[in-house]
Amino acid sequence: MKGAEPAPEYSTDDKAFREQNPMAEFLRMERMPHIWCPGCGIGTVVTCFVEAIKASGYDRDKIAVVSGIGCSGRVAGYVKFDSFHTTHGRAIPFATGLKLANPELKVVVISGDGDLASIGGNHLIHAARRNMDLMVICINNFTYGMTGGQVTPTTPTTANASTTPHGNYETPFSLPFLADASGATFVARWTALHAHNMTQTFGKALKHRGFAFIEVIAPCTTLYQRRNKLGDGLDAMDYYKENADIQHGADTRSVGISFQGDIALGKFVERQKPTFLDAVNDHYMKVLGDSYQLYGKTTAELQKEAEERARLSASKEAEILECGADD
Amino acid sequence: MSFGKLKKAYGRITINPNWCKGCGFCVEYCPTDALEMSNAYNAKGYHPPRVKNADECRDCKFCEKVCPEFAIFVTTDQR
Repeated sequence: MKGAEPAPEYSTDDKAFREQNPMAEFLRMERMPHIWCPGCGIGTVVTCFVEAIKASGYDRDKIAVVSGIGCSGRVAGYVKFDSFHTTHGRAIPFATGLKLANPELKVVVISGDGDLASIGGNHLIHAARRNMDLMVICINNFTYGMTGGQVTPTTPTTANASTTPHGNYETPFSLPFLADASGATFVARWTALHAHNMTQTFGKALKHRGFAFIEVIAPCTTLYQRRNKLGDGLDAMDYYKENADIQHGADTRSVGISFQGDIALGKFVERQKPTFLDAVNDHYMKVLGDSYQLYGKTTAELQKEAEERARLSASKEAEILECGADD
Repeated sequence: MSFGKLKKAYGRITINPNWCKGCGFCVEYCPTDALEMSNAYNAKGYHPPRVKNADECRDCKFCEKVCPEFAIFVTTDQR
């Protein structure tokens, strides 16, 4: 009888595996195995993100991960950084607040298409317009995975979803085009299969100053693949392999995705623009002059300033006392 | 084929069959076919992969990156 095979060689017990895993420093291994379905691409994106952080040499305390609601919202619970699982669609506002309160942090938003493009669509375009210094990873699986496969703003036309059982009749968003048109300064797209390319792009986006938007196409086996009779995760990966077309620097107007059509991949946009904090400081320096206190200083600088002020006021008090003594 | 002093890289694959959900990404996309699906079952009823040919692993770590379950990793084998 089949199935009587011994356990695979080179395997270890769970405890040793948790400790030996090279990602143990960056993932909350005590929470594994995770809740994502077999064949889901979110785990791949998390691995690539962690690899990119490892390669970039960032201090772990200087990174914050914010996620919204949905399957991809669970990322915040699995990464061992300061992380924040926020309300539905509001991952970018929370991240904006975090960045403005502590500009030293590198704030990364990891969320899904339903969270970022649908209920959080307004926040996405306005963060891009302001050029907030955030890195946004949008894991696009073309459906609302956690709530039962409803249609999202990115579901391709004619695709089946639980709220469009006879096929979707709406025109979907092309997320790179939306981000580019709104003013994002770094726009890229990869699929869950292109793990090495994705890792490199994450590394570049971590170093980028300004709003970086990376769309990652990932399979949703339980809902999107099943409802559309597209097979399992491997079939989705085969589709990415067959229909992927790497076009770095392509015009974002031409990168829309039709149902099972070609997917244009690559880094589409990278440009430099003043970030929100730069713009605030520049403007008020012009308007208010020297009386304006620069926003977004590091803690060390602020401390030094406070000490200086304390020293000055102390010497002034001493002067006043001296003056009093003269009278 | 010789590339001067360049040496072949070798990797040592470690698999955690208990976390695996049998998606098959690592087996399908291993560039050197070092892995294969086993007939064994894990506690959840999935078939985890196993190392078919350990000497074929070139330490590219693609299985480690593509695995959505964090259930496989490769360490460089110095030999």
